[in-house]
Amino acid sequence: MRSKFQRKFSENIFRFVVFLAAISSILFLFGIIFVLFRDGIKTFHFVSVFKFLFGTQWYPTQSPPEFGIAPLILGSLEITILTLIFAIPLGVGAAIYISEIASPKEKEFLKPIIELLAGIPSVVYGLFGMVYLSPIIMKLFKLDTGLTAFTASIVLSIMVIPIITSLSEDAINSVPKSLREASLALGANKWETIVRVVVPSAKSGILTSIILGFGRAIGETMVVVMVAGNAAIIPKSIFQPVRAMPASIAAELGETVQGGAHYYSLFGIGLVLFVITFILILISEFVRNKKEKI
Amino acid sequence: MLKKILVFSFVAVLLVSGSVFARKSNKIKIAGSTTVFPIAQKCAEVYMDKHPKIRITVRGGGSGVGIASIVAGKVDIGDASRPIKNKELKKARAAGINPVGNVVAKDAIAIVVNNANPISKITVDQIKKIYTGEIVNWKELGGPNKKIVIASRDSSSGTYETFETKVLKGAKVLAGALKLPSNKAVATTVAQTPEAIGYVGLGYVTDALKAVPVNGVEASVATVNDATYPISRSLFMYTQGKPKGKVKNFIDFILSSEGQSIVSEVGFVPLTK
Repeated sequence: MRSKFQRKFSENIFRFVVFLAAISSILFLFGIIFVLFRDGIKTFHFVSVFKFLFGTQWYPTQSPPEFGIAPLILGSLEITILTLIFAIPLGVGAAIYISEIASPKEKEFLKPIIELLAGIPSVVYGLFGMVYLSPIIMKLFKLDTGLTAFTASIVLSIMVIPIITSLSEDAINSVPKSLREASLALGANKWETIVRVVVPSAKSGILTSIILGFGRAIGETMVVVMVAGNAAIIPKSIFQPVRAMPASIAAELGETVQGGAHYYSLFGIGLVLFVITFILILISEFVRNKKEKI
Repeated sequence: MLKKILVFSFVAVLLVSGSVFARKSNKIKIAGSTTVFPIAQKCAEVYMDKHPKIRITVRGGGSGVGIASIVAGKVDIGDASRPIKNKELKKARAAGINPVGNVVAKDAIAIVVNNANPISKITVDQIKKIYTGEIVNWKELGGPNKKIVIASRDSSSGTYETFETKVLKGAKVLAGALKLPSNKAVATTVAQTPEAIGYVGLGYVTDALKAVPVNGVEASVATVNDATYPISRSLFMYTQGKPKGKVKNFIDFILSSEGQSIVSEVGFVPLTK
């Protein structure tokens, strides 16, 4: 029979272990932020902030090296925005269908399939994009090459749709039934109810899902390295190859000399990426809080 | 309860120490050049069949990654399709590492175009002009009136470095060129894209591509050995200091006649004795 002391002791041990688990994620996050800032700031020993952010030439291994990341920032944004243009209608549409219109049998069938899309490793998507999709795009649009921002965005949107769908579906489901019934009682038909009542009340959850999708798309590396062509040029059309920020880091970090200008400039890119994502999360939190107040 | 904890920790220690011992005595880690990769991998497979206790893992990433990994002490062998640079050597010496390059094969960098491309010869100067953007259309070389699609590699590639030294002579590659992550990606892209031009290690030339003779010389084992092909190079496996023990055994295997026949099987040029 365990004494009171033994029981308290094991309870305290348990509490401590679980506390460590929670603290560890905070520690990892701050550790990463710290390293990003410490090494990223060193970029500006080698190049001015202005030249880094707005310079159009990314030639880090040339002598003398040039560290302008404007084409990389624009490349990332072009791919991400295009991805969202494809993924939002399909993702939110799927969410609406699954929660409002689908029969229970259809739901049982559709939900796991969409979630399965999220489980496929990104390198498989990259392979599919490079070997199968890009020649098709090349022939369809009569382009010089199929490795373009457009192709990468198509593949990325398939990866982002499950994120948008499952979070939007949760948001739509949590709209109280009474709201729907009230709308129908007032004479609106099902379609009008969905478009004018349900979706607007689920707006903040849907917006959160879109922002998470944005975060996924802007950070996705493998697909972009394999499919987007990686040309560091200012994009003038969606049918040109582009180079994105995480793809540059992944492709170049392995061979940089630790402590050299190129090495720090890649951390600088990581810093810019982090700041962009962070600002977006702040915006989404702001919007969400604002909505709840109403 | 206490007994359970003791048993669990004992088993955990056993497992961890088992893996630590395993790592120390019979694992060989190889990383680096995607050109050397097929040689390293095939030789590793054959070697592991002969020596079942040894486990060899081979990764790509590019020559830059291979050399950086050796300098950082992260791998046993760093594959590179180019010699180590002075900057890298300084870094290594500062860290107390002496990287030694072991030549395991020779290679030619083949200039490849799509099978539908009518071009049948090219000069080093023309290749340079294409990659720097001076020549932009195939018609300037006697081909069809189509814009040239340039396939190149990222800076971590040893193939790129050799190409830069021997063909570009330090000039910048056009910013709009495709930068692909491996030899295989270049091969796939050129095979799929009618207006493309690219460069790959000899072992990556297949029937899906057309290797164009450079300065009148076709890339082949013979022209690498008699040095008539203008873009040829040695393939290295870098080790920390001179190879010793299990690493030396593996490299000796690659240099043996069996290893060299594997080199030629995967399409590269075996060393002439």
